[in-house]
Amino acid sequence: MTLSMEEVEHIAELARLELTDEEKSRYRQQLSAVLDYFARLQTVDTRHIPPTFSVGQLQPNLRPDQAQPGLSRQVLLSNAPQVEQGQFRVPPILEDITTDKHG
Amino acid sequence: MNTEVTDLTLTKAVRALRVGDITSQELTLACLERIERLNSILHAFLYVNRQGALEQAVVADQHLQAWRNSSPGNRETLPALLGVPIAVKDVLAVQGMPCTAGSRILEGFIPPFNATTVDHLLAAGVIIVGKTNTDEFAMGSSTENSAYGVTHNPWDTNRVPGGSSGGSAAAVTARMVPVALGSDTGGSVRQPASFCGITGLKPTYGRTSRYGLIAYGSSLDTVGALGRTAEDVATLFTLMAGRDKRDATSVDLPVPKIELNGQGKNTTGSLANLRVGVPQEFFVAGIQPEVEKAVREAVRVLESLGAQVKTIHLPHTEYALPVYYLIAPAEASANLARFDGIRYGPRAQTDGQEAGQNTLRMWDVFRKTRGARFGAEAKRRIMLGTYALSAGYYDAFYGQAQKVRTLIKQDFENAFQKVDVIAAPVAPTTAFRIGEHNDDPLAMYLEDIFTLTANLAGVPGLAFPVGFDKQGLPIGMQLMGPHFQEQLLFQTAHTYQQITDWHERKPRLD
Repeated sequence: MTLSMEEVEHIAELARLELTDEEKSRYRQQLSAVLDYFARLQTVDTRHIPPTFSVGQLQPNLRPDQAQPGLSRQVLLSNAPQVEQGQFRVPPILEDITTDKHG
Repeated sequence: MNTEVTDLTLTKAVRALRVGDITSQELTLACLERIERLNSILHAFLYVNRQGALEQAVVADQHLQAWRNSSPGNRETLPALLGVPIAVKDVLAVQGMPCTAGSRILEGFIPPFNATTVDHLLAAGVIIVGKTNTDEFAMGSSTENSAYGVTHNPWDTNRVPGGSSGGSAAAVTARMVPVALGSDTGGSVRQPASFCGITGLKPTYGRTSRYGLIAYGSSLDTVGALGRTAEDVATLFTLMAGRDKRDATSVDLPVPKIELNGQGKNTTGSLANLRVGVPQEFFVAGIQPEVEKAVREAVRVLESLGAQVKTIHLPHTEYALPVYYLIAPAEASANLARFDGIRYGPRAQTDGQEAGQNTLRMWDVFRKTRGARFGAEAKRRIMLGTYALSAGYYDAFYGQAQKVRTLIKQDFENAFQKVDVIAAPVAPTTAFRIGEHNDDPLAMYLEDIFTLTANLAGVPGLAFPVGFDKQGLPIGMQLMGPHFQEQLLFQTAHTYQQITDWHERKPRLD
């Protein structure tokens, strides 16, 4: 199977990846080859086979839902690329905010 | 030269430290000097903790000295590995040391906490001398996918050490450290152990905590150990395993204290009750003839020790590759969504700019940060996983893969009705040349065909050297066992290592 360029761009958009044109055409070709190889999976009869999502214990070991001490604000912000007033500074999200003086 | 302290195994180093034949400062300094001398050739380490390690060694020596001075009848129990230097793969968090996972998207990231496995080992007294190279986010079989440059195989520096735990494998092989931590999602401990001629364990899924391990494929990820003998790896494993309330998939079972029998050469009949299965599906076209020969010869050695050997079948092995390369990228595409340039790691373009010039909007920051800072293989797997999970393709790809995973798991359950352990090659070939699989992802993925099934089924696997090819490159064999039967794997490999010396060979680097 061959992925179309539109499909590659759609997947990249779902994954929030900015790709160059060269990357897009390379991934188009490589992913198509990989998916071709994977087509052999379709030959396995799995009509009566349940899926396996985890090979560990069936019941996850959950702790009681009680608040516990965590890391301090200062420690949690120590790796942030931009901090303002003790918080993560994030880029503007909505269009109209970016056009005002706060920009 | 023959009595260098860096040649000591973990077991021997612990003994020498206790009796005072060596000090932790001597051993740690010797390891650091070896790292400094050889890292320019091998590039096994991304970060070296020289000062911190030497300071810890001073404290360890004081502790050891006080212990030796105390009266033998009244001694405290020393931490099991007090004063021993180890290395940690750069996908595990060590507080205060940079942690990149081999990626530029984590450049400069310093974790404020320890992985649980790291915590357990620090409590046992180890000294962490540095962080070792890895394929980006543990995605790869050669360390060529590290954003910080490839690691070289100590047996032939034109060749890869395997991956993704290639830095840890090269470091142990080159005697930079006696043991190291790795992670294994599809063979990332066992395959580099095989390519470098050392011993490496992928534990049962859930046996070692994943807390503080940078997540790749969460239903497959395990934290494993590499060393030069089965005994050393067993020691490290028992100290780092166990239930962790911070990892809901970690298993609430006591970790057995592993007692290895067969010290010395008197091993006659010592594997008398062991049933060893050899899966026919692992000896396929494309396997290097010397690999097949060495593995079959090693199985004959087990037979000579009393084991009963029989041919078995794991009929769905041929589907393991597509199953793995759908499930692991699908899980990775979700796990790697957290790297967006907001809470940690560099942020695209807006870095360092004045707030008023901050013109990029949120979605653009995500796209640009991720596009610029993920490497080619990480992007390829994110794309593959996103596709496999996307509307219209979920049932045909991801859903079908999860069902065939059930069949692979059942293959193992059926096999372990008939045999106690399974013996098989680790990889179809010995170490390949750097650059050999450039731009052919499928050829690279095929390197993993013998290791993937253990992760898909969750069973433990132990790789160890069983020979060398004509070019002087190590050949590995893996033993796989039922869930939580690591002890059986260690006992078998340990017995084998009592009457063979492949694991004692040392590459010439000086």
